[in-house]
Amino acid sequence: MSLLEVKDLKVRVEEREILHGLSLTVNPGEVHAIMGPNGSGKSTLSHVIAGKPGYEVTGGQILFRGEDLLEMEPNERAANGVFLAFQYPVEIPGVTTWNFLHAALNAQRKARGEDEISSPAFLKKVREVAKSLNIPQDMLKRGVNVGFSGGEKKRNEILQMALFEPAVCILDEMDSGLDIDALRIAADGVNALRSPERAMVVITHYQRLLNYIVPDFVHVMSKGRVVKSGGKELALELEESGYAQFEDAA
Amino acid sequence: MNVVAKTETGRALGDAFASARDRLPGKGKIADQRRQAFEAYERSGLPHRRIEDWKYTDLRALMREVLPLAPAPDAAALGRAAAAAKLRAIDGVRRLVLVDGAFAPDLSDLGSLEKGLGIRPLREVLDAGDGALSAQAFATDISDPMIALNGAMATDGVVIEIADGAVLAQPLHIVHVASGTAPASMFTRSLLRLGRDTNVTLVESYLAGEGTKAYQAHDALIVAIGDNARFDHVRLVEDSIDAFNISSATISLGAHAHLNTFGLTSGGHVSRYQLTVTCAGEGSKVETNGVNLINGTQHADTTLFMDHAVPHCASREIFRAVVDDRAHSVFQGRIIVRPDAQKTDAKMMTRALLLSDDAEADNKPELEIFADDVTCGHGATTGALDESLLFYMRARGLPEKEAQALLIQAFVGEAIESIASDALREVAIATAQRWLEARA
Repeated sequence: MSLLEVKDLKVRVEEREILHGLSLTVNPGEVHAIMGPNGSGKSTLSHVIAGKPGYEVTGGQILFRGEDLLEMEPNERAANGVFLAFQYPVEIPGVTTWNFLHAALNAQRKARGEDEISSPAFLKKVREVAKSLNIPQDMLKRGVNVGFSGGEKKRNEILQMALFEPAVCILDEMDSGLDIDALRIAADGVNALRSPERAMVVITHYQRLLNYIVPDFVHVMSKGRVVKSGGKELALELEESGYAQFEDAA
Repeated sequence: MNVVAKTETGRALGDAFASARDRLPGKGKIADQRRQAFEAYERSGLPHRRIEDWKYTDLRALMREVLPLAPAPDAAALGRAAAAAKLRAIDGVRRLVLVDGAFAPDLSDLGSLEKGLGIRPLREVLDAGDGALSAQAFATDISDPMIALNGAMATDGVVIEIADGAVLAQPLHIVHVASGTAPASMFTRSLLRLGRDTNVTLVESYLAGEGTKAYQAHDALIVAIGDNARFDHVRLVEDSIDAFNISSATISLGAHAHLNTFGLTSGGHVSRYQLTVTCAGEGSKVETNGVNLINGTQHADTTLFMDHAVPHCASREIFRAVVDDRAHSVFQGRIIVRPDAQKTDAKMMTRALLLSDDAEADNKPELEIFADDVTCGHGATTGALDESLLFYMRARGLPEKEAQALLIQAFVGEAIESIASDALREVAIATAQRWLEARA
């Protein structure tokens, strides 16, 4: 059984259809890159997978381990192993990163029928992960993402990814707003999480990110559909020729 | 129709005052003051929306009548009160319990008083004919009808004197418990006199005994803070969900004195807290903070009057309201800077969070400035929880109510953080937590 199956997905936002029958199959261990021009529906796909309100699914389905993902609340999707790294992580003043991560991890464990993690065990775990991502301890005591730089926010997303150990990670424009050093740190963090059980869907506008996170498959999206799929060499091809050819094809 | 009902209600209360007179301590001058206060109340009756200060809290519509005075608590009532007080006990405090309008010595910690601390029931002070203390306890403005009514009807309370230089290591905890079996009203009045260079912390809790539902708690607190003294005050209203709590605090500060007062209202059907703070000595500092956490059909009103009468004083107000269902929160904050009060630094910020479409929050900040060299400001906002934050938190696995709870805690956090004592801050957080858990 595939880990994540998107079948002929049609999605509307308000009165406008954004996805017009998108299909994508992701198996454990695979890294898929989704590329495409602005407005092709890449972020919409990530939002619908995570369960963001405001999107109306008018056709098709999304199966996660064979179960209907669209029937689950966003928090249930997270507990089941779906993780979205946000393009623009929000700031939550007054809620410390520390407190937030502990509450979220325990909520996920509780939902799966596992015991809650104790504060000392949690402390140890977060410290290890934070260290590997070069995240200073005092950042964890601050409000979630409050006063963080763009790079710090993205690293905080990867910290959470490492902590929650999801089965499928959707990385939405992880490279936006990052300089080359920040990008490398973030990509190293992601690569460290690659495993035969875990799948990743990397959404990006530019080929650059794929030099660091090398995909197994590349899909080109245009106007709400996947118009071409191939191996990692497709990304390089796109870098040469641009997206214009596909806009005509769609 | 209304007029007839009002007259009948008024007559019933007049009879109650007349018949209760022998239960109301204080003779001579105090008895005269009570009569004057009752006449002042009678002239207006229960306040209604056409009285500007009461326009959001129309007691004529909400309360309709003042219930008869609660009988003195019997053994069963005292037992229920003891259980309620125990449930909300705070470690390391000196507990003073008022049950159904009467001081309950057996439930109170009166042993081994610290040096410089004197505690007596108000009734005893009045019966003993202590003129100066009695006069101070009843020296409240009778222009407000409900404060006037309290002055007429108060049956008991505590009178606490702190001698110059005394620093109380142990906070005082006044527990107001309603414990009767029949709907009734209780009127209490307490006085704290802080001498020069004193440092005192007071906690007040409003509770109901098991099975006690509809009642009216009317309390008046009078505090005089001496020069260079510090007073910390934490007030927690956890009354029964059918109860009325119509209370006031009148606090004056001497020179270089410091007041830090915090109020949290999560209980009661209808509550109104009128807080009047007067900076009467130069160089004093005031922090007044508050939180309303209400739902269902609760109505909670905090009305603050901050009076800067002298120069070089600073005041800060932070107020937060979280309103769910069809509840109604009111914050009225008036800052007056009198002509002599140059170099006043006064700021007030009030924010309301509406959790439902039917929730209502009225914020009325007012500045009246008669001095020209001052720094004053106020702000008020009302809004809902940020959907993008909620989605982010849910995408990390938090169920909606838990995500809301974290955001609500953060929202009220700034006001709660103002509590100076770590232990009492934890008590306030635990009280807020109970409200959040009850709605989860």
